[in-house]
Amino acid sequence: MSTGIGARVKRKEDKRFITGKGKYTDDIRMENQAYAAFVRSPHAHAMVKGIDKSAALAMDGVIDVLDGHQLTGDGIGNLICGWAITSRDGSPMNMGAWSALATDKVRYVGDSVAVVIAESQAIARQAAEMVIVDYDELSAAVFADKALESDAPQVHDNAPGNLIFDWIIGEEEATNDALASSAHVIDVDLTNNRLSPNPMEPRAAVATFDEAEDHYTLYTTSQNPHVARLVLSAFYQVAPEHKLRVIAPDVGGGFGSKIYIYPEEITCLWASMKTQRSVKWTGDRSEAFMTDAHGRDHISNVKLGFDANHKITGLKVETIANLGAYMSLFSSVTPTYLHATLYSGQYVIPNIFGNVKAVYTNTVPVDAYRGAGRPEACYMIERVMEVAARQLGVDPAELRRKNFINEFPYQTPVILTYDAGDFDGNLDKAKAAADVAGFAARKAEAASRGKLRGLGYSCYIEACGIAPSAAVGSLGSGVGLWESAEVRVNPVGTIEVLTGSHSHGQGHETTFCQIVSERFGVPIENVSIVHGDTDKVQFGMGTYGSRSGAVGMSAIVKAMDKVEAKVKKIAAHQLEASEDDIVIEGGEVMVKGTDKKLAWHEIGLAAYTAHNLPPNMEPGLKEGAFYDPSNFTFPAGCYIAEVEVDPQTGVTEIVQFTAADDFGTIINPMIVEGQVHGGVAQGIGQAMLEEVVYDDDGQLITGSYMDYAMPRADDLPFYTIEHNTTVCPSNPLGIKGCGEAGAIGAPPAVINAITDAIGTDELSMPATPQKVWMAIQANAVPQAAE
Amino acid sequence: MTQGNNTQVSMIVNGKAVTRDVPDTTLLSEFLREELRLTGTHVGCDTSQCGACVVHLDGKSVKACTSLAVAHSGSDVTTIEGIASGGQLHPMQEAFNEHHGLQCGFCTTGMIMTGIDMVNRYQAEGKALTSEAILQELEGNICRCTGYHNIVKAIEDAAARMGGRSADMAVAAE
Repeated sequence: MSTGIGARVKRKEDKRFITGKGKYTDDIRMENQAYAAFVRSPHAHAMVKGIDKSAALAMDGVIDVLDGHQLTGDGIGNLICGWAITSRDGSPMNMGAWSALATDKVRYVGDSVAVVIAESQAIARQAAEMVIVDYDELSAAVFADKALESDAPQVHDNAPGNLIFDWIIGEEEATNDALASSAHVIDVDLTNNRLSPNPMEPRAAVATFDEAEDHYTLYTTSQNPHVARLVLSAFYQVAPEHKLRVIAPDVGGGFGSKIYIYPEEITCLWASMKTQRSVKWTGDRSEAFMTDAHGRDHISNVKLGFDANHKITGLKVETIANLGAYMSLFSSVTPTYLHATLYSGQYVIPNIFGNVKAVYTNTVPVDAYRGAGRPEACYMIERVMEVAARQLGVDPAELRRKNFINEFPYQTPVILTYDAGDFDGNLDKAKAAADVAGFAARKAEAASRGKLRGLGYSCYIEACGIAPSAAVGSLGSGVGLWESAEVRVNPVGTIEVLTGSHSHGQGHETTFCQIVSERFGVPIENVSIVHGDTDKVQFGMGTYGSRSGAVGMSAIVKAMDKVEAKVKKIAAHQLEASEDDIVIEGGEVMVKGTDKKLAWHEIGLAAYTAHNLPPNMEPGLKEGAFYDPSNFTFPAGCYIAEVEVDPQTGVTEIVQFTAADDFGTIINPMIVEGQVHGGVAQGIGQAMLEEVVYDDDGQLITGSYMDYAMPRADDLPFYTIEHNTTVCPSNPLGIKGCGEAGAIGAPPAVINAITDAIGTDELSMPATPQKVWMAIQANAVPQAAE
Repeated sequence: MTQGNNTQVSMIVNGKAVTRDVPDTTLLSEFLREELRLTGTHVGCDTSQCGACVVHLDGKSVKACTSLAVAHSGSDVTTIEGIASGGQLHPMQEAFNEHHGLQCGFCTTGMIMTGIDMVNRYQAEGKALTSEAILQELEGNICRCTGYHNIVKAIEDAAARMGGRSADMAVAAE
């Protein structure tokens, strides 16, 4: 059975997970381990007047209680935002200080003011309850639009009016002119609901300080341990990089929320030095809801103009983005360059203008969550297209088709250059698989049962594999976005691949081995992947933004290129042939057209014995590479949702969900389908179930799985998945990426289907039965009055 | 210390007798993870909703995060570490691998324990375990990675494989 590119290889990493032998951060136990518990603010906004630790310190088993003044006094730096955004008037973004432990002011429910270090987790948690914090409560700014009002409470003194930045993209005057002269302008207000990422493994950290070596080790639930080390060293001043090892072992899901370096990890590292103990913190789900970065939370107005022939003339978007109480690591880029650069969708739109106002509120920081800015863009474009089709009285698929981009490369008015795609083909495949032709009959049959049946499209595009480092640097990124890899061929011919990508569910230990097995013809069981440890892998940018395939595997290919070149030199020397005549096939290195050959392992052995190498060749067979992408990649596709609504109750069932995706080259279809399943599930969750709710005082209402509606098995449909492949021209494997597509494409498909069923567009996410029922009632009243 | 009393807890865990002195407040999940270092039982929430901690207690699935260890002294507990026998994976474990029923792996151990219990109950009652029934039965287990699609396929397939064995053998595999 093939184990190369395109094969449905069963996952190599599964055995340890299905036998309970996975090694997650909370499974790590260090010698001399103590436990941390955080003292968190119960108020959304308050001055901290004092902290009385005496009762906690008096408890048996309490080692210390540490506060923010001690932390900053030891020189631990404030948390950073990694991407600088400039406002339309040329001013830099207004960033307020964020200390890992608050000193004078708390700004959201869950903001930590102190940490208890104790002999057991139970003692630490009890002692945290005994720390008395004297708060002077302030009124809170909770909702983004209200936070911009003149009398709103101020979250940070240096962000007047709570405005972080007022950013624009595109051409304002040209777009206004285009809309003014359009035959039709579709005007829609949309809200993108606030979500909690909820990887099933809560965040955790185990920090150890070795006084003799002046060295720290941190086990942590991270999607990018090297970035964590860089930031902990360069900005938080915990320790220089060569004195800090960061290990992200098995990580139980991330979805973006484990990109960031949170106050708890910083505090555990510092506390391990203060107490001379290993310090472990394991968050519980309540803390995850309170403190993991949330996603989305946009309020937008969208105007889309059409000429008399239904060709798009212009698009204008005005958005308010809630960034929460502090600027998290990628919070600034998520609603700007990861978002507004996708305003063109799959369409030729001659004029585009976008304005994003980012706002502080007294809520947990908001940052990238699966899709990161692109779901918000896709939701706007695909909702307004559907509304346009309804208002213009045309078929929504044909309106899209009429405006599709079909020549590549295509330069959009909003920075990006789409390199390849087949939007007509995606739509055709999805329509065929979803049997759109048979929909009218199914709708009629549903009506006979008293059900309202609806069908909704979403033709999504995203920009992934970010991205050329020089390009992101010019847009304000503080880091480069390349990836690194090292390919080590051992003397017996087995191969270890060290990668800067991190796997937390994506199956890298299988797919990455497949490209090596394919290239060198070695059995897949002879290849292993090493990742997640800064002591083993030199550097890497980690996994997010569907970059592990397009960028991470490209780095592996580059390293394999170098290995192959050296292998050919060795073989040519030993087989007395020209390098150009050497081919590697089926685990053998041979001279083309002859029977002269060496087995793969013989090359490995030759490289390490070094008894018979070409003159001046260094021994060994190990090559590294850094790969910097030359463009973003552009996964795109068409999703079709079909729903049935019970008008008596508003209960909605997704009866069919069809995805036709173009991900470029697919290494392992089984894993890619799994990514689509999970992404679509999260998209359906956003569309129908999930919403983070704060009350007017900034108290988190949705603080547990009893209150926040996670998609359960019986909430979701089975999926039909099709692929329509155009190869990505910008990377060696032709990969576009698949991790986020489902979460991006699904929400508008679902809402378009439900609004089609109920006959009104006045419906916001999540479309709970109550909201759907109310929309039906609101729509029925004026009709009855007519 | 406000931990209260310690109590001696004795159980059979994965076929082996264990005895520990633990605080009365010790949850079964803590007993397994911290006292016995059986870390395959995971804790994903604090409201008994996610099901990552499911183990079998006297042959029935329970959420170990919501049960005190002292309440189960004398019980027979099977965890994810105890279902493979002699190097042979349980059919439910095999099916999760074959159908790509897991991604990050965190909910997986609880899913597998729930799946085995589900199949055993349905087969004991002679009821067909349809995909609709599996969706309903998974109400107490949350997965954020897979969208459940492949988990349902895995449990369906495992049910077929487990059906090939007698009910006695299924119990013996516990």
